[in-house]
Amino acid sequence: MNSSRFTNGVMGVLAWIVALLIFFPILWLLLTAFKTEQQAFTVVPNFFFSPTLESFKTALAQGSGYWHYAWNSVLTAVASTVIGLALAVPAAYAMAFYPNKRTDFLLVWMVSTKFIPAVGVLIPIYLVYSAVGLLDNALGLTLLFTAMNLPIIVWMVYSYFRDIPKDIVEAADIDGASIMQTLFKVVLPLALPGLASTGLLALILAWNESFWSITMTDHSAATLAVYIASFKSAEGLFWAKMSAASVLAIAPIIVLGWFTQRQMVRGLTFGAVK
Amino acid sequence: MKAISRTSSATAPSAEVTGARSFARTTRLLMAPAVIFLLIWMLVPLAMTIYYSFQQYNLVMPMYNGFAGLNNFAILLSDPTFWKSLANTLIIVGASLVITVSLGLMLALLFNRTFVGRGVARTLAVAPFFVMPVVTGLIWKNMLFHPVYGLFAWVARQLGLEPVDWLAHYPMLSVIIMITWEWTPFALLVLLTGLQSLPEDQIEAARLDGASAWQEFRHIVIPHLGQVLYVVVMLESIFFLTSFAEIYTTTSGGPGTATTNLPYYIFQTVFQQTDIGIASAAAIGAVILANIFAIMLIRFIAGNLNAGAAR
Amino acid sequence: MRLALFVSGIGIAGLGVCSAAMAQSTEITVATVNNPDMVTMQSMMSAFNESHPDIKVNWVTLPENELRQKVTTDIASGAGQYDVVTVSNYETPIWAQNDWLTPMENLPDSYDVDDLLKPVKDGLSVDGTLYALPFYAESSVTYYRKDLFEKAGIEMPDKPTWSQIKDFAAKIQSSSDGVYGICLRGLPGWGQNMALFGTMVNSYGGRWFDMDWEPQLTSEEWKNAANAYVDLLNNYGPPGVTSNGFTESETLFANGQCGMWVDSTVAASYLSDPETSKIADKVGFAQAPYETTEKGSNWLFTWALAVPQSSKHQEAAKTFVDWATSKDYIQAVADDKGWLAVPPGTRQSTYSSEDYVKAAPFAPLVETAIKSASPNDPSAQEVPYTGVQFVTIPQFQAIGTRVGQLMAAMLSGDTSVDEALQQGQTFTDRIMQQTGKPQ
Repeated sequence: MNSSRFTNGVMGVLAWIVALLIFFPILWLLLTAFKTEQQAFTVVPNFFFSPTLESFKTALAQGSGYWHYAWNSVLTAVASTVIGLALAVPAAYAMAFYPNKRTDFLLVWMVSTKFIPAVGVLIPIYLVYSAVGLLDNALGLTLLFTAMNLPIIVWMVYSYFRDIPKDIVEAADIDGASIMQTLFKVVLPLALPGLASTGLLALILAWNESFWSITMTDHSAATLAVYIASFKSAEGLFWAKMSAASVLAIAPIIVLGWFTQRQMVRGLTFGAVK
Repeated sequence: MKAISRTSSATAPSAEVTGARSFARTTRLLMAPAVIFLLIWMLVPLAMTIYYSFQQYNLVMPMYNGFAGLNNFAILLSDPTFWKSLANTLIIVGASLVITVSLGLMLALLFNRTFVGRGVARTLAVAPFFVMPVVTGLIWKNMLFHPVYGLFAWVARQLGLEPVDWLAHYPMLSVIIMITWEWTPFALLVLLTGLQSLPEDQIEAARLDGASAWQEFRHIVIPHLGQVLYVVVMLESIFFLTSFAEIYTTTSGGPGTATTNLPYYIFQTVFQQTDIGIASAAAIGAVILANIFAIMLIRFIAGNLNAGAAR
Repeated sequence: MRLALFVSGIGIAGLGVCSAAMAQSTEITVATVNNPDMVTMQSMMSAFNESHPDIKVNWVTLPENELRQKVTTDIASGAGQYDVVTVSNYETPIWAQNDWLTPMENLPDSYDVDDLLKPVKDGLSVDGTLYALPFYAESSVTYYRKDLFEKAGIEMPDKPTWSQIKDFAAKIQSSSDGVYGICLRGLPGWGQNMALFGTMVNSYGGRWFDMDWEPQLTSEEWKNAANAYVDLLNNYGPPGVTSNGFTESETLFANGQCGMWVDSTVAASYLSDPETSKIADKVGFAQAPYETTEKGSNWLFTWALAVPQSSKHQEAAKTFVDWATSKDYIQAVADDKGWLAVPPGTRQSTYSSEDYVKAAPFAPLVETAIKSASPNDPSAQEVPYTGVQFVTIPQFQAIGTRVGQLMAAMLSGDTSVDEALQQGQTFTDRIMQQTGKPQ
């Protein structure tokens, strides 16, 4: 008994050490964000310093364009999520409750489009976008994010819908409700928590996306990912400013992620985990 | 819980058929927008990529454009950099999968124990998964890997060692470290949730039968996690096959071609060499590679659907 | 033109963006490189808006490699995202022949076209018509630390050889002071490491192509140059040199971490300015090194502003380009930020200005370097092309990019010198076969 308690104690300490090690780069980023540029860029790292908001001020200052990029990130992430859900919910509903011979094929096909790598469709999309003026355009980017996330959204929504007892839907059908009435009055309320976590995952994936935003935008529709990536060849002392900008860009998503981790896992694993 | 299901409807065919017939039109309408959207955004461009792969098409050399036959593929297959990038892609996918899954499993077992502040510790440990990949790249490149001002260099000097120029001398290892830092938390998160859904009674029954910890792990935990592990592997493959931001922000595919994976190779061929034809041929290669992984996914989903139907 | 404005106006109004503002002002997007002189240009916007309140300028500022990618794909695909693009004397003649750039005709008299330095002007013209206006021009020179040379008891000749450079590097390297013998570009890119390495190849007597357009990358001259490059940087260069381009090297040198640096003349003012440089009073200047020949040992590079044919606001864009490359702009920068901050290398009037020469003692050296660059005769051997550190054919962008990567792989030890050159040869050969030889 004693040895088992001892083991538990050791394992607990070990788990904490591992957790802190994993979290350390984020912590270090956070600390650096509160330093001055001189404190940030040193051969011997500063662990103790008097924190300053200077870098946040610079990062958010008028000329930095931070709000412009942040707005684009919010706009494209939210819009692509809303459009994605609007497309996926009816499809998943039909597949989950009114399946036919082709349902399995369609579902598998939809999910498998996620396996078409972005580079596989990059070139035509780039050329078509440049021809129709959707390059560096928020609408163009939003639609790309939608296409990128749609398979996963369908997948997750379908798995949530499948958990709703079919009897309930059948009862509603027999009561003479139309398909749409059943969807809005019966199914959606029951699946709401699942839809919310699906939406949040889509939001997170769109927010963090960088391949499409880097290749398809550079100013007007550029997102935070593009802004942060531009620090890769910044000049002079920029670590504190970069850290402050990065903290602002990742904090909302980490918090959202923390809140939804469990539901997200459930949907992603196709309901394999309850 | 799973009493509901397709089988229940299948056993009542007569009622279902009439219902299905009247619903068929509506359900088709419900599916159409998503299907059409994916057709336009994924399949049409894919078809165009195939078309371009047979064209001599360089943006800056319009005077040479025309039908190329199989020439782009011939050039591609004779390009050592293409093969290198293919190998790099497989190394990234393979190494990251092995590390994230095994590390994730170990951590999940560790975090499945009860200890003080478990919730907080777990929350900290899963955080990197939510970090934007470009931020990951920049944190590691500048603040950790930097040979002079990075934290690792400082630690090395404290230990009396020569600081290592990570991105120049161990570029592939560095990229894999960054990717596993982001994705081990994901594996941990999913596997831990899987572990926590393990029925207590099964474990207790096994313990009463005198099973050792290893037997318990091997015969109860692993089979239970099977499906979850599969999901982790599949989702991670999708993302590892297309790793881009971590490479773009740190090594730019270099030094030389040391960390050029297939996506980065195609990115460079399009945007630096502006060679649409060869880039398209390479993109077809990337699609084929992804398809090999996709076949496994499809099998899994098909199996999962059948399993659902059997319940 | 007016129709295009009108149509785009309707388009934007249709999107619900404030159309009233459109009527009064034109917004133009300028794509430029993140070099100090371009940053200065952005800070001069109030001066521009004073005289042109109706033109609003949006900036897209990118590192050199990314800028090239974006601008090239934008122009070649006719996307029209940019109204003013920053191009070099490499792209300008090629793109002009593709009808991608608008000719810079009907310049106002005050612009004084004849004041532009001749090699610079020639590099931006096709059949006597300018297609881009030079913002600044550069050649390459050798920067060195006078204090370290004095301490080591050595002296820098007016025009050193690469062998001498190596000896010097060995003598002034000091790991205890954190000083590396030499900094050179290692970042891959045809405008980055290949600019420097291209001149090294020339000065070792090499050439890209022979008169039949056969690539020459596996020749003795290339091997000698490549070995010298690797040898210098691996023994006396800073760590992580494959991620050092112009700006990174400039920061290192200004921070006092390099004993020597062979790079663009444009860094001279940055290094001489105590505001930006820790070694402002210790920096010495010499001509770029040569080895077996002086031909092609210093490059000629121009950053110029051009208006793409795909621009929807060509008039406003041209107005901006005229302004940013004019004498007035140079004077305005001088008034506002001092003569050291003016963009160099483009106009005779700058070098004739007493104020400039007084503020910038390196001016005559830069003038000599630019005027001595020989794009029409870059190699000791006969060549079918023009260009010092590049070859003015459209294929070169792809070739230079790939060979640049190979040179970086060679530096990092990823591939051997012979292997890298062999791969470069194969790639170049392949591209030339794919497209056919230039006429």
